[in-house]
Amino acid sequence: MQMLTKAFWLQLSTPKAFYPVAGTLAPCFMMLAVILCVIGLYIGFFVAPVDYQQGNSYRIMFIHVPAAWMGMFIYLVMCAYATIGLIWNTRLSSMMASALAPTGALFTFIALWSGAFWGKPTWGTYWVWDARLTSFLILLFLYIGYMSLQAAIDDQQKAAKASALLALVGVVNIPIIYFSVKWWNTLHQGMSVTVTDAPTMAPSMAWSMFIMAFAFWMYAIGIALMRVRTIILERERHAAWVQDLGNKGANHG
Amino acid sequence: MKARHKRLVFVGVGVAALGVVAALLLNAFNSNMVFFYSPTDVLANKAPADRSFRLGGLVENGTLQRENDGLTVHFFVTDNAERIRVTYSGILPDLFREGQGVVTQGKFGADGSFMASEVLAKHDEEYMPPEVAEALEKGKQAQLEKELGNASIIGGKEGI
Repeated sequence: MQMLTKAFWLQLSTPKAFYPVAGTLAPCFMMLAVILCVIGLYIGFFVAPVDYQQGNSYRIMFIHVPAAWMGMFIYLVMCAYATIGLIWNTRLSSMMASALAPTGALFTFIALWSGAFWGKPTWGTYWVWDARLTSFLILLFLYIGYMSLQAAIDDQQKAAKASALLALVGVVNIPIIYFSVKWWNTLHQGMSVTVTDAPTMAPSMAWSMFIMAFAFWMYAIGIALMRVRTIILERERHAAWVQDLGNKGANHG
Repeated sequence: MKARHKRLVFVGVGVAALGVVAALLLNAFNSNMVFFYSPTDVLANKAPADRSFRLGGLVENGTLQRENDGLTVHFFVTDNAERIRVTYSGILPDLFREGQGVVTQGKFGADGSFMASEVLAKHDEEYMPPEVAEALEKGKQAQLEKELGNASIIGGKEGI
């Protein structure tokens, strides 16, 4: 039995077997993302109360904070995939790492952009060079660097190795972002949500934020699965099964 | 040792070494990572004297004064230990109020007060509806009164 399950997982980790599975799972995750997003935004805009200091402008937080979490979290997952690909030479993990990068970059950009629009009415400025904001901008540059490096090298194996090393070098930035508001004095406020303590906000506010975080998470998985399918087709285009798929598609067309 | 074990060790040692390098670098640049100086820092001459720097803290309660031109304000920035008088002329952010965090950029003027060219509001990580804030404030005051009451009772006993 154990042998069987092991064989099953090994089988699934080949691009050929994963391609149809990803195709089935992606729409499910996307559906979940839409449902959770609607619930999260409804609570955020209609159930959560106004803030005693900021009034309504704090509601940007329901987009800003989950996007920032996902920007950091996706980087860690991408790094994990890239490292597995680097050490065990598994093709699918390198493909998953490449598939996650644009989504991570998108969330990082959303966090920076929404943060700027939150900063203007509350702090009085769109941008300051404090430790939190600067380290988060570096995260965006790391994503862009990772994607450009992959695009710049034609040999796929070399591209995967070089970009994996870059991603690994950049991983030191993640704890710096996370703890920046603790280690140094910054304009950015401290953490409202920590592992050890209850969130320092009204429960409905926290709920909206968590549900939105799950919505973004599901979207990230769904879109990464969709993207990895095109990457599989592109990188395995000389494999017999992809050629067959192409021929079938041509016949149907 | 298999090739993949070698790579595993290589990656592990590499990331650990990078972590140490980053920690040492950040430690070395620690003074440059400071976004603002507190009044205590400034009075201890930790802030640069010849160029503009940022001063941060709380706007001390009851110290905000507006001049007749409607733009110039004076207030004290405090870290509950030291205080510095700040003068600013311009539009204040919406969240600026007494008792709230603030980060100002500027230089000391001739009259000894800090001439700010920019004032940013800093808010904390607590978010709550106004009713809760009010209830908390009431609770705090009740607590304070209770403590004061206890103190006077104890004081009274001692008096006897």
